[in-house]
Amino acid sequence: MTAALHIARRELAGYLSSMTGWWILALVLLADGLLFNGYALSGEKKSFDVLQLFFYYSSGTTMVASVFISMRLFAEERQQGTMVLLESAPIPEHAVVVGKFLGAWAFLLLLLALTGYMPALVVVNGKVTVGHVFAGYAGLALLGAACIAIGAFASSVAKNQILAAVLAGAIIVALLLSWTLARKVEGPVGDVVGFLDLFDQHFRTFSRGTVKLGSVAYYAALAYGALLSTTAVLSSRRWRA
Amino acid sequence: MIEVEGVRKFYGSKAALDDVSFRIDRGEVVGFLGLNGAGKTTMLRILCGLLLPSAGRVRVDGIDAVDEPLELRRRIGFLPDRPPLYGEMSVRDMLRYAGHLNGVPSRNLAARVDEVIELTGLSRVAFDLVETLSHGYRQRTGIATAIVHAPRFVVLDEPISGLDPAQIVEMRSVIRGLKDKHTVLMSSHILGEVSATCDRILVLHGGRIVAEGSEADLVKGGARRTEIVARGTRAALDAAGIVARDGVTDVEVGDIDGGLVRIRARVASDEACEHLVGALVHGGFGVRSVVPLESDLESLFLQLTAGTAGVTGAAA
Repeated sequence: MTAALHIARRELAGYLSSMTGWWILALVLLADGLLFNGYALSGEKKSFDVLQLFFYYSSGTTMVASVFISMRLFAEERQQGTMVLLESAPIPEHAVVVGKFLGAWAFLLLLLALTGYMPALVVVNGKVTVGHVFAGYAGLALLGAACIAIGAFASSVAKNQILAAVLAGAIIVALLLSWTLARKVEGPVGDVVGFLDLFDQHFRTFSRGTVKLGSVAYYAALAYGALLSTTAVLSSRRWRA
Repeated sequence: MIEVEGVRKFYGSKAALDDVSFRIDRGEVVGFLGLNGAGKTTMLRILCGLLLPSAGRVRVDGIDAVDEPLELRRRIGFLPDRPPLYGEMSVRDMLRYAGHLNGVPSRNLAARVDEVIELTGLSRVAFDLVETLSHGYRQRTGIATAIVHAPRFVVLDEPISGLDPAQIVEMRSVIRGLKDKHTVLMSSHILGEVSATCDRILVLHGGRIVAEGSEADLVKGGARRTEIVARGTRAALDAAGIVARDGVTDVEVGDIDGGLVRIRARVASDEACEHLVGALVHGGFGVRSVVPLESDLESLFLQLTAGTAGVTGAAA
């Protein structure tokens, strides 16, 4: 586990020392700020609704940011020839995957923390509970974790970062749209497909200030499954070229 | 000790390695010599646990590469042909990170990093960012990352590739310096380097070991292309039938200015060369010069990689 933490630390430092990392931070904060000012604060609204809208828009920027943060995790290492440093070290594949994931997630959490001034304004000037803010951020952190894990998997199978981003984006969009399929399929299969919905089924409750254990388990299971698949991809590379 | 037994590796239906076996003892500097595509990198990656063999066994100090890959990797330091370095890190930070990855205890790491920096001659650039280093210093940093955890075996894939002559000399000294504490296996397609740096050579061609031994062992009995200039003409030489003899092959004869004839041939041994020169002199063709056109190792390598037989003794 120590090796995973060292990998995570280097990964986080890698984001902070690269232009890409700062561009992602700047653009997401700009988008969040514009959406908050332009839509969440516009018109007559209750502070509860403003905060809910903030989390609604932030969930979109979080998913997009997660794709761009995670696309480099393995694809860039392979492109730059640095993957061999991890592959030749006495570290199991799952520790490499966990380390990479934690580094990327830490960067996303930093990004989310920097958006904190917006809900803070609502808390100071409106009538919302701090619990609502914590629940919303917990939802964003879990949604981000699941999306980064999906991105890590895409990055492990794709030849380059662009393909990784496209693949991760496609998987996330498919999960977002699963509710449309669920409407057309009846019975338990429809329920299962509906449960897979990344946003509507699970995030909406967080944005209203409620933490549902089932949704926490869903995001955790999604992240775990994606990271497990990533580990399997890395292990299988030892059998191939 | 590294033991490789009957290793095969297939990429699809193509065999990259075909029944490769060899053994490397402690304290040796062994060179893996072969043309591009001979299978050197595949073999090295299998040795380091980055690839698994399709068949056969690889053991390092009795540790099996398939059964205990992490234990195997703990004993080996690997420098691939492109050093795996992060440009945004300083040399010292890079070595600390490699140390952490390879399980060097934190309390020993600073001292070990200093030691490795000293050993590889990186003191001048220790705080520089990797992305600002010259190719030579990057190679050295790559070697330093490979040895920071004090592995028993160090595997270097084309460590001198792309270096300028001055850097090659320095790198040779760095690699020879590793011998005191590590067993070194390096690959190269540059004959001179393998010859100058290594105690023993393994020649890989078409995925197979075609020869192994010290340079002296390998070239013993190997045919070498030689040029002889003698007084006379091609017609007279043909008429005398002197050149057509055992141990002399691939003969090319041509007249040159000044009443001289030039003979270029592959001569099987020094004795065969002496007999040929003696026969020429005896036949009235005064010999002006005898010049080897290839080094012994170069000659042997060309024969082996051309798929020709005729390497005696050391051929595998």
